[in-house]
Amino acid sequence: MPGAIQSVERAAAVLRILGGAGRPLRLSEIADALDLPKPTVFGLVRTLRDVGFVHQDRATSDYSLGEGVRNLHESGLDPHDLRSHAMNWSDALASRTRLEVHIGFPDQDGARIVHHVFRPGDAPQELRIGEVLPFHASALGKVMLGFVAGTPTAPRQLERYTRRTLISRAAFDAEMHRIRARGWASEGGELTAGIGAVAVPLRGYGGIGVGALGVTGPVEEVYRHAGPPRDSIVEATLDTAASISRSLGLRP
Amino acid sequence: MIDTVVAGIDQGTTSTRCMIFDRQGRTRSLAQREHRQAFPRPGWAQQDADEIWRDVQRLVPEALAQAGLGHDRVAALGIANQRETTVVWDRVTGRSVAPAITWQDTRTSAIVDDLVARGTTEQVMAVTGLQPRTYFAGPRLRWLLDHRRGLRDRAEAGELLFGTMESWLIWNLTGGVDGGVHVTDVTNASRTMLMDLSTGQWDDSMLDLLDIPRDVLPSIRSNAEIYGTCVAPLAGVPIAGALGDQQAALFGQTCFEPGDAKCTYGTGAFLLINAGSDRPTPGPSVLPTIAYALGDDAPVYAVEGSIAMAGSLVQWLRDALEIIPTAPQIETLASSVDHNGGCYIVPAFSGLYAPRWDQDARGVIVGLTSFVTKAHLARAALEATAWQTWEVVEAIRRDLGLSLDTLRVDGGMTSNHLLMQLVADVLDAKVERPLVSETVCLGAAYAAGLTVGYWSDLAALRHHRHVAAVWRPQMDPAERTREAAQWNRAVGHALGWVEPAR
Repeated sequence: MPGAIQSVERAAAVLRILGGAGRPLRLSEIADALDLPKPTVFGLVRTLRDVGFVHQDRATSDYSLGEGVRNLHESGLDPHDLRSHAMNWSDALASRTRLEVHIGFPDQDGARIVHHVFRPGDAPQELRIGEVLPFHASALGKVMLGFVAGTPTAPRQLERYTRRTLISRAAFDAEMHRIRARGWASEGGELTAGIGAVAVPLRGYGGIGVGALGVTGPVEEVYRHAGPPRDSIVEATLDTAASISRSLGLRP
Repeated sequence: MIDTVVAGIDQGTTSTRCMIFDRQGRTRSLAQREHRQAFPRPGWAQQDADEIWRDVQRLVPEALAQAGLGHDRVAALGIANQRETTVVWDRVTGRSVAPAITWQDTRTSAIVDDLVARGTTEQVMAVTGLQPRTYFAGPRLRWLLDHRRGLRDRAEAGELLFGTMESWLIWNLTGGVDGGVHVTDVTNASRTMLMDLSTGQWDDSMLDLLDIPRDVLPSIRSNAEIYGTCVAPLAGVPIAGALGDQQAALFGQTCFEPGDAKCTYGTGAFLLINAGSDRPTPGPSVLPTIAYALGDDAPVYAVEGSIAMAGSLVQWLRDALEIIPTAPQIETLASSVDHNGGCYIVPAFSGLYAPRWDQDARGVIVGLTSFVTKAHLARAALEATAWQTWEVVEAIRRDLGLSLDTLRVDGGMTSNHLLMQLVADVLDAKVERPLVSETVCLGAAYAAGLTVGYWSDLAALRHHRHVAAVWRPQMDPAERTREAAQWNRAVGHALGWVEPAR
């Protein structure tokens, strides 16, 4: 058994002090209450501020409890903040893979598309923002089941969309096992015949899974002939997710 | 075939960036540096031109290193810049002789008021297409000559050079004190209030009006020609394109046909529409300007309408009202309601720009009832940006008879899906976001690449353009008409709010 981790204890103490104070506190007041040097406390409140648990007043620089503590039931990341962080990276991914790019957020009934970049080319396309893809039949949805905390579980009855949809519980469990082991998900015509996809998790601070990044297009462009998804596409998607995750606060 | 690229520099208000593009118009790398801005007095905004030049000297090698290329692989360099920012420098020492006065600075109001009081407005408009305003570079040059000791004498003795940022950078890149080329491009020159918009040359009557000696001025060149060849750090690379940033964005968005329009949504918003090869004469609500002139080809004109507040209104909701924790979350809050609850915000914080041009207007929030929540306010803020875009587009449609069925958009606010849908709804036009969002750098690179034959023609550039997203109008026409009338009534409450001084 490892012992208690001091910085976690201290962070909890900072939150208790701010919660009990009844008014915003100066850094020196927190440091006095904990009997710790100011630079140590500064590191603690800065980290807590960056994760949303502590609020710092713009004018006075004083600290109080942040919204994040009151809303612990929420994921902590807003989908529109995510889109804003991800836009340049996802544009570059579309350009690199010549595929359509989606960013998904977990919803009650599936993966909700919150950002969509068209596939480069002349084909007319429609924005799919707001569309919800079924968890068990889409790459985005499978990534959420595998990596995003708080995602509802797959429905008992796995609905069939195409003849490739996994509808047997055993086959689906094996698929999820594979996905968790390799760190990404694929979709080979399971939702729409002839359409393939690759999706990977997006992670925020502390490694918390917040959403999924995916590319999608004709199966023959996403997959090797009669084989798994193309390495170049999986690599490009993983690289892009790493860049977005870094901008969300994930430390490598 | 040797892998060559084109470099584009975007010398902007808060930062300078350099990007490397390949033959398909794809981004190979991006390097960026922020520079300081100083606001020493109310209404003053200045920068250090020498600092910006040092940034450029570092940025280009950084961008090339990121792309893993040597400068011998750069086929051409293009430059785009914040327009109207005024630099005066010593041709012997190569240093600027005063802080650069930026486009936000209003210290020239006395000079401009005097021009208006002398009844010169008609004359200025007839020659330059512009109404006398503090916005433009010519009055800033006059201010420096009047207020900085010795500058007028030194200017008349031929010791000083004037330019906007592209002139300053081109002069330095081509050797500075050692043979630097002193040029400007026709789009930047068109924003000085010193250029004849019909001939593309400095106008003697404007120089007389502002008492500016001709010797300090750069020569006006097209947007796509070889101005000179770089010395180190880009030795041998031709500088082959230069445009003002908004015109560069228009070019980068491949708005090559009359009626093609783009709007850049940043702190403010800038809408430009290609108006063809005849000088347009819109009403006073929008400005005629040069879109681009390529080498010896006849210039293509544009009409421009600028909106003072777009992203800055969202920042105000975040920083002053604190109803959103981050700017993108305005969409979260605004999407939680499906209408504005009868509430309208007219963000005339420092007056209204196009098409109302009322510097005495001030911001109002009207239609408040106990039903209205912060979510309705958030929605009204986004709608204000959409309706202000609509006002500019309506003025252009009316004055020029140009139909506008597609608006190409760029800038940070294009990540706001709700705003882009609102813009499509109120304009009754398609809104398109391109795959390369850095349209300013891209436009400068396109102009430079065309000059040296890296790209064959405009059709080749159009071929490289890809659309990342399209929003189509979904608003019921009756609702659009009703909301437009409400918006107009709201603006009526904002106009002329400031009482004249007694």
